[in-house]
Amino acid sequence: MSGQGQGRAVVSLRSVNKTFDSGTVALDGFDFDVNPGEFVSLLGPSGCGKSTALRIIAGLSSASSGTVEWCADAAPAGGIHSIADSNSSSNSNPSPNKISFVFQEPTLMPWANVAANVRLPLKLAHIDQAHITGAVNRALERVGLAEFADSYPRELSGGMRMRASIARALVTEPQLLLMDEPFAALDEITRFKLNNDMLSLWQELRRTVIFVTHSVFESVFLSQRIVVMTPRPGRVFADIAIPAPYPRDEHFRTSAEYAGYCRTVSAALTQATAGGEL
Amino acid sequence: MKARVLRIGLPLLVLALVLVAWDLAVRGFAIPAYVLPGPGLVLATLVADAELLWQSLLVTLAITVQGFLLAAVGGIALAIAFNQWRLIEYSFYPYAVILQVTPIVAVAPLLLIYLPQPMAVLACAWIVAFFPVLANTTLGLNSVDHNLIALFDLYKASRWQVLWNLKLPAALPQILAGLRIAGGLSLIGAVVAEIAAGSAGAGSGLAYRIAESGYRLNIPRMFAALLLLSAAGVVIFFLLSGLSHLALRRWHESAIRQER
Repeated sequence: MSGQGQGRAVVSLRSVNKTFDSGTVALDGFDFDVNPGEFVSLLGPSGCGKSTALRIIAGLSSASSGTVEWCADAAPAGGIHSIADSNSSSNSNPSPNKISFVFQEPTLMPWANVAANVRLPLKLAHIDQAHITGAVNRALERVGLAEFADSYPRELSGGMRMRASIARALVTEPQLLLMDEPFAALDEITRFKLNNDMLSLWQELRRTVIFVTHSVFESVFLSQRIVVMTPRPGRVFADIAIPAPYPRDEHFRTSAEYAGYCRTVSAALTQATAGGEL
Repeated sequence: MKARVLRIGLPLLVLALVLVAWDLAVRGFAIPAYVLPGPGLVLATLVADAELLWQSLLVTLAITVQGFLLAAVGGIALAIAFNQWRLIEYSFYPYAVILQVTPIVAVAPLLLIYLPQPMAVLACAWIVAFFPVLANTTLGLNSVDHNLIALFDLYKASRWQVLWNLKLPAALPQILAGLRIAGGLSLIGAVVAEIAAGSAGAGSGLAYRIAESGYRLNIPRMFAALLLLSAAGVVIFFLLSGLSHLALRRWHESAIRQER
């Protein structure tokens, strides 16, 4: 139902299963395609495996069985990378520069100032210093933290720390941006503000974003498409398009159209969770 | 501000009261100096024997500092080795623990048999000081934020990049805490070994002075030497605390003063 699913998905997962050593089945027959430039949300209750799916896409975790394919643009230099079936332990991970990950917590290094935190991915890739400075400044400006380059994480508010985390994710100019409930721990006012900023960034940069959330309202506001997951084991329950045009602003947030989408998605989520136990 | 005055003033007041009570008791009960010297006499001895005691202090301090540095380098290096190579950890950790739990007083005489005295004293200082550095550093290296490790993973950091850019800075507060403990302990280790060496050795450390003065019933000098030893311990503690504060003041909770 993803529409233009075939062709050149940025990443595509086919009947992916993930069973942890503890016996917990996090994902079972999970199929998921993401198209280039798309903003797609994975929506589901806590523990439905959506974070697990995101970690598999990031290459931080491997599927127990099934296949994960990254397209060349979001994969290591040269060629299409597939693999990750049950028999092959050699899971070729996607390239560091092409995929970025934003965690639920800002996950900044407390001993390093904002600029040093944002610089980290480039430093680890041994990019030369001249290029780094420019890239770091650009990333900081994008999230509105240019003035706070020398501040330490503890000196910033929760929202600003998350901005720094997003700047770090953007500094490599990734093809695919993975976000794991990045705003869940923030207060509503800050969250709305960051949602707005996130959307303008996305419109400006046009990167592919996979956004994990348990908030119906957040997912409807942000996404072009929402994949609703069932809990335990995680599976795709519904794939709902949100065709409202961008830019979406405060006006959209209070519109009847928005409320209508929210109702549809809420209903799907209720059905999805009714099936499994919580 | 008021709290600060109290924090400095109150201990000084207690000290003054204790000294006055001590002095009054010695005078009032006419206690002879070979049983309990008054504070005035201790101070006078400190001045009179200054040269002798100062030499001894330098000897003990030299051993302490060497023991501390060896413990710091060895403890951190071994903790890194444990962290990087599981097999090394499995092979050696039990013995590090055994080394630690065996009372140093019991080990010192043995060491004195096999090693020349200064070396034995140094070995004692090292053994005692080494374990807290190892244990704290190990704890620090193992308690890095999992998401940060995932992040380094995502960006394909090499294991040395992870060690240098993530694990060591993350472990810094624990390493410094270990060093602070080690500073005090290496002094204790040196003292224990000197006492164990006793009159048998040619040592002239402060602890040896204490033992020697004890045999000669020179109680005022015992007190004076003891005073110097604890002063040395306090100085070591403050130096290491200062170092810790300097290193952590920008980012670690332990070094940040909250305004209320």
